[in-house]
Amino acid sequence: MKVFRFALVFILALFFVHNDILAQGVDAMNVEQERTTFVLSDRCPPSFELTDDGVCRLLTQYQFYNSVQNKGLGGTQTNLPPHRDGFTPAQIDLGRYLFFDPLLSGDGTISCASCHQPDKGFSDDLDRSIGITGEKVARSAPTLWNVAFVDKFFWDVRAKTLEEQAQGPLFDALEMGNTPENLLSTLQNNNYYVAMFSQAFPQAIEQDNNIALSQVYTALTAFQTSLISLNSRYDRYAHGYHQALTKREIAGLNVFRSFVARCAECHQPPLFTNNQIAVIGTPEPEGRALDIGAEKTYNAPKLRGAFKVPTLRNITKSAPYMHSGRYDNLLDTVKFYNDGRGNSVPEGEEMLLHWHISEPNLTDEEMELIVEFMGTLTDESLTPQIPRNVPSGLAVVDEKYQSP
Amino acid sequence: MVSKKIVAVVMVVGAFAAGAYYGGSQKAPVITNSSAGASYSGGYDKSADSDAKKSSKKSAVKQRTEVGETHVVNDGETIMAAVQAAKPGDTIQVMPGTYHETVYVDKDDIRIIGVIKEGKRATLDGKGVLNDAFLYSGNNFVVENFFITKYKGNGVMGQAGNNFEIRNNIIEDTGVYGIFPQLGKNGIVEYNVISGIEDAAIYVGMSDNIHVAYNDVFANVAGIEIENSRHAIVENNNVYNNTGGILAFITPGLPIKTTYDVIIRNNFIYNNNHKNFGAPGSMVGSIPAGTGILIMASDDVVVEDNIITGNKTTGILITDHANAPGVTIDPESDPNPDGVKILNNLMYNNGYDTIDEVKALMLTEFKQGEPDIVRVGVTNDSCIINRHRYVSVGVNGWAECEFTNTDAIDSYLLDEPVPPRVIDPSERGKVVYNGVCAGCHTYTGRMIGPPVQIIQALYMDNPQGVADFIASPTKKRDDYPEMPPQNYLDEKTRLAVAEYMLAQKK
Repeated sequence: MKVFRFALVFILALFFVHNDILAQGVDAMNVEQERTTFVLSDRCPPSFELTDDGVCRLLTQYQFYNSVQNKGLGGTQTNLPPHRDGFTPAQIDLGRYLFFDPLLSGDGTISCASCHQPDKGFSDDLDRSIGITGEKVARSAPTLWNVAFVDKFFWDVRAKTLEEQAQGPLFDALEMGNTPENLLSTLQNNNYYVAMFSQAFPQAIEQDNNIALSQVYTALTAFQTSLISLNSRYDRYAHGYHQALTKREIAGLNVFRSFVARCAECHQPPLFTNNQIAVIGTPEPEGRALDIGAEKTYNAPKLRGAFKVPTLRNITKSAPYMHSGRYDNLLDTVKFYNDGRGNSVPEGEEMLLHWHISEPNLTDEEMELIVEFMGTLTDESLTPQIPRNVPSGLAVVDEKYQSP
Repeated sequence: MVSKKIVAVVMVVGAFAAGAYYGGSQKAPVITNSSAGASYSGGYDKSADSDAKKSSKKSAVKQRTEVGETHVVNDGETIMAAVQAAKPGDTIQVMPGTYHETVYVDKDDIRIIGVIKEGKRATLDGKGVLNDAFLYSGNNFVVENFFITKYKGNGVMGQAGNNFEIRNNIIEDTGVYGIFPQLGKNGIVEYNVISGIEDAAIYVGMSDNIHVAYNDVFANVAGIEIENSRHAIVENNNVYNNTGGILAFITPGLPIKTTYDVIIRNNFIYNNNHKNFGAPGSMVGSIPAGTGILIMASDDVVVEDNIITGNKTTGILITDHANAPGVTIDPESDPNPDGVKILNNLMYNNGYDTIDEVKALMLTEFKQGEPDIVRVGVTNDSCIINRHRYVSVGVNGWAECEFTNTDAIDSYLLDEPVPPRVIDPSERGKVVYNGVCAGCHTYTGRMIGPPVQIIQALYMDNPQGVADFIASPTKKRDDYPEMPPQNYLDEKTRLAVAEYMLAQKK
């Protein structure tokens, strides 16, 4: 019996050997179908468990820890903040196709992935991203890793949910340049998508056989919240395997969390952000006017120049840094904080700088150690598969698309 | 800097002087005897907190059922070497001598005890170049009996360690904070002597269930600060010659948005007139010298039976965010100090050299003199007893408190410490399989690694074989990349995940 099973498995294995285009979690049996009919996965992405209700729930080792007021902030063994999950495998997989499909832009030239590229920390390598017009937009593309734990979106935190956020780039003339009407009709006119939406949203579609914009946002949210990065070498250290980091990296961790550098006061583990906004007074690229950030969102002059504190996970992958990509490497970014409170606030500007922006007087060595430590926050092991084909038939955006 | 703010508000709220408590009507004052009367019951319901289980024990750390090893550190050795060698449950004894290092403890249940021999202590000297002396993130951490000096950051800094005890340390000039437990639950800070700190000598940040007692804090910018924390008692401390004595704050912009249920009682708070030497932009940098107690935006702060004397600006200053200079706003936090409760306190000779803004504020109530209590900005549901004893401004409209003392509340520490952080063995396999293995292996399909089905066929009854393989994998298949070692998972976890993997059916 065992021998027989082994033989069968072995044959199957041979059969799959050169078949490398599997979507995440898609059975090998579906491979041929995927090319033509886009059958959505019935499995949850890694790090998620399929529940009896047919939805995917996140599983991580951090869930066994606690935290003060359950905020998911603190030290090494701290739980994570509340998060989004509970989408079906089909919704997540539909979101993946939508994410990579240039059909979502007004002229079919760019997809979400154009500015949120999987191999660049789900960001791009630009100071400010380029939309369909070829012009640069106002700000830098943020990473999408661990976005399930984020409750404020955009650098100026003007959106509270991913669903709300999605409508920003989709319908911004400088970004994807689409309109709600055009997006709906292009999807509705694509037979693959009509079938895929009916798989992902069976009840809703049965009612009127129409795709709804809310389903587009839900699917994009479902996919993005599946982008989990929690198995970096730092995480292994945090869970108790102290050999996971080198001596220098641990020294870097200790500078990072020291009350001299104070990095960890805002970039708080385990997510390396506290999901707050802060006025830190970084310089704009030369020739650009001051970006007032969250002052506009809250109509609050005390928040002039406030921006969201970004996560530092996979940070080495997502240069350049800061809201307008002012720094192209981490060491320069760290130096900004070391150069003293208000070092780049333009003359005549009143900014109520965050109290943790101080004059730490770190040595060059300490700054290098911080950078080395940030390198331990990289984990891309759960990078989803890029679909080879998308339902529009458009080319899945080439990773070199935006090279200057 | 302070002045413009407060004056501006004074203009607007000038009208609130009318309807004064007894100033206008000459009624006899209400005299309340605090040895009789109801007791305050606090805002912490232990029975509603799942972390708090009934027991008669009184300490913050978990009682040890097994005594671990004791590591002795002698002068010339490093404490850190002992920490690295220590296992949870161990004790590290540090002999007198001078140590120049940052001691970080990312393990649970480690006790680091300085040995004091004929008055000589183990000294941690940062020599002005090291950042923090002690950094801990583990639960059940104890640090005692050290002399700590010349660090640039903090003397003792906690990051999300629960159940901590920090006591009997002498801390001089360690930079920003002397003792700073942050994001922890259930901790004691007691019998420490702390001076020369440019922010707060003791700063409890974003924490719950904290007891700060019997500390001697002087010549700091702030003595004791309870910030964005709940269920804290500050009692029996000697707090003098700081810029501000005891602070209960909500600092806007932090991820935990509240401070409430703080009792400040039985402290000596006197002559806190030190020149403010806080860093520009720091939260304490704009506290007026001569502030005994400062309550900013915090709710349900009880001030009881303190001896508050000789603080030249005022004995107690209560403010909202809008009137505090240099303080940002936070759309997610309530800026008003509500439910302040001022019970009996001995206040004498405060406000004798107060700031102009306070004088202007007093004029709105047609008062002059040396204020013991100053309230500016919005507050709701605050109360006071025996108000006729004090020179005050801004409390006329407050109610009489319905209680006279806090005798019913002994401590807000948990009866049973916060439980340990263990990954339930029955769940361990599932979590690691899904979070780690599933990144490269699916049940039948080819991903980065071979399908689980194939692994099952090879290791059907041999989970130990899988557990051993993943600890140090060898290259087995030409057509697959070599698996990276999973040796960061401990032995039990490796076996649990192997068993889980072999039991999968789809």
